[in-house]
Amino acid sequence: MTALIETVGVSKAYGSFVALDGVSLAVASGELLSIVGPNGAGKTTLVNVLTGLLKPTSGTVRFKGQDIAGIGPVLLAKRGMARAFQLVHIFPALTVAQTIGVAVVSQASKSFRLFSSVATDAALRSRVREVAAIFGLDSKLDTESRLLSQGDKKLLDIASAFALTPEVILLDEPTSGVSSGDKHGIMRTLMEAAKQAGVQAIILVEHDMDLVAQYSTRIVAMKEGKVLADLPPNEFFNDPAIVAAVVGKLVGKMSRRAV
Amino acid sequence: MSVNGLSAEATNSKEPRANRLRRHSALLVIVMTALIVLALFPIFAQPYYVTLVLPAFAYAIALLGFNLLFGYTGLLSFGHALFVALGAYGAAVLSSKLGVKSFEVILLVSGLTAVAVAIPVGLLAVRYVRIFFGILTLAFGMLFHSFLFKFYDITGGDTGIRVLRPALLGNEFSELDKTTFLIGPFYYYCLVLLVVLGFVMWCIVHSPFGLHLTAIRENPRKAEYLGVRVRTFRLAAFLISAFYCAVGGVILAINTGQADPETAYWTHSGELVFMTVLGGFANFFGPLVGAFVFIFLKSELMSLTQYWRFFLGVTLALIVILFPRGVMGVAQDLWSKMKRTQ
Repeated sequence: MTALIETVGVSKAYGSFVALDGVSLAVASGELLSIVGPNGAGKTTLVNVLTGLLKPTSGTVRFKGQDIAGIGPVLLAKRGMARAFQLVHIFPALTVAQTIGVAVVSQASKSFRLFSSVATDAALRSRVREVAAIFGLDSKLDTESRLLSQGDKKLLDIASAFALTPEVILLDEPTSGVSSGDKHGIMRTLMEAAKQAGVQAIILVEHDMDLVAQYSTRIVAMKEGKVLADLPPNEFFNDPAIVAAVVGKLVGKMSRRAV
Repeated sequence: MSVNGLSAEATNSKEPRANRLRRHSALLVIVMTALIVLALFPIFAQPYYVTLVLPAFAYAIALLGFNLLFGYTGLLSFGHALFVALGAYGAAVLSSKLGVKSFEVILLVSGLTAVAVAIPVGLLAVRYVRIFFGILTLAFGMLFHSFLFKFYDITGGDTGIRVLRPALLGNEFSELDKTTFLIGPFYYYCLVLLVVLGFVMWCIVHSPFGLHLTAIRENPRKAEYLGVRVRTFRLAAFLISAFYCAVGGVILAINTGQADPETAYWTHSGELVFMTVLGGFANFFGPLVGAFVFIFLKSELMSLTQYWRFFLGVTLALIVILFPRGVMGVAQDLWSKMKRTQ
C-alpha cells in the first residue's frame, strides 16, 4: 500500500537548535498513528511540518505523493488534511452551527458568495446538522461556542475539522484538559466519526498512554528530535527501555497498567 | 438512538425558525418605522434639522463599510477618513474640474478610485492586525492629508475644491435653490442610496463570505485550518469598506459644497471610530444609529457650549465604561428585559 503521508529525512533547525533531526516516517490508509514523546521531543514541530505550516530545513514531506512543504493550512485543507489543536481553538462568539458552517462553506467552495444567504442554504444547513449529530452537538446548534462545556468545546473543535471531509486528520492531544472520564468518550466519538466521515488515517499526538495503547495501530516515539521507535502497540509496550525513555516518570504507573 | 436523534433534531430546527421569524418581523417593523420617519422628516421638521440628516446619511453609509472591517472582520482602522476624503475630492475634481454632472457617475468613479487606492494600502495593512494595522492605516491617512496640502494645484491646498451641484438621474433641478435641492431631491436620493447599500451590506454579512469574515475575527489561526483565506478575505473587506466610505464622502462634500482637507485629517478617522462605538459595533444597525446620534449630539452640544469637544469626549468615555456595546447594546438589553417581564 502506498503511503498517504510520507516524510523522508526531515530536519528542522532554529539557528543552532535542532528541533527535528532526520525524521522519516510514513502513514498508510487505515492507520491510527500515535506520536509520543516527552516535552521538547519535537512532536509539535513535526506536526507543524506535516501540516505544511513549517518548511523543513531539509528533507521532503509528501501528502498523496505531492510535496506539501510549507504550503500552509488553507491549501492543505483543500487537499484533504485537517487539524485540531491541543488547546481548544474555537470561535467564541459563533454558534455551534456557524462554527461547523465555516468549514462546510470552505469545503463546498462557497466562500466567495457575497450575496447568498447562509440561513436559507438548505444543503449547507443539512450538512452542518449532519456533522453536529455525529459529535452529539445537534441539540446545541444555536449555542454560542464560548458557553459550551470544555468537553463540548473540544468536540466542536474536532467536529469543525471533520466538516472539511478530510482524508487525513491530525489531532494534537484531543483530550488534554478533559477529565479522564470524558477522555474515552471523546476518543470513542472520534473513532466513530472517522468511520462515518470516511477518514482514511488519523495522526494522534497524545500524552495519555492509556489512550495510545487502546486506539493506536502504530506508535512513533520521539526524543530530542529523532524517531526513537516506530512499532505496533504490543511491541512498543513490551519494550521497557523505550517506554521508560518516552514516558519517564510515569513508568511505574504504566507498567502496572500493562500488567 | 438515531430515531431519537432525528426527532430531537426536527423540534430543534423548528423552534429557532419560529423565533427567527418573530425576531425578523419585529426588526422589519422597526426598520420600516425608521424609514417612514426619515421619509416624512423633511415635511414636518425645520430645514436646519433636515440638513443635519444628510451628513448622518453619509456617515451611516460610510460606517456600514467601516464596520464590515471593524465589527465583522475584527480590524480597527484609524485611517478610514482617507477613503471618505477620496470620495469628497473625487466629487470635487469630477464636478468642478472635469465638468461631470451625473451623480451616478461621480459615485461610481469616486468609489472605484477609493477601491484602487485601497488595493495597495490594504495589501500592506492586512499583513498586520490589532494596533499595527491601526497605526499603519493611520499613517496612510496622514500621508494623504499631507498630500492634499503639498499638491496645491490639484487639491487647492487648505482651501480645498468647490463641489458643484450634481444632476440626479439626469435631472439638474436648476429651478431649486441650494437648500431646497439638498433637503428635497438630494435628501430622498441619499435615503434610497442608504437603503440599497444597507441591504447589500446586510446580504454580505449574512452570506458565506460574511461567515468567513467573522471566523477570521474570532480566531484567524483556526479559520485558516478550516480553509479560510485569511489575508484575501481581510483585503476584500478592506476594499468594500473603502467603497462605502467614498460614497459617504461624496455625499458629505455635495452637502457642504466643498472638499476640505480636514476631511482627511486623522481626527476625522477618530470620529468614524467614535460613531461606531457610540452606536455599537457588535450590531448591524449600531453604526447607523451611531451616525445619527453623533451628528445630532454634536450639533446640540455645539449650540449649547463652546466646550462641546470636552463633552463629546466625556460621552465616549462613559459609553466605553458603562455601555461597551453602545446604544444598540442598551436597546437590546431593554428589549430582552421587556420581553421577559411580559
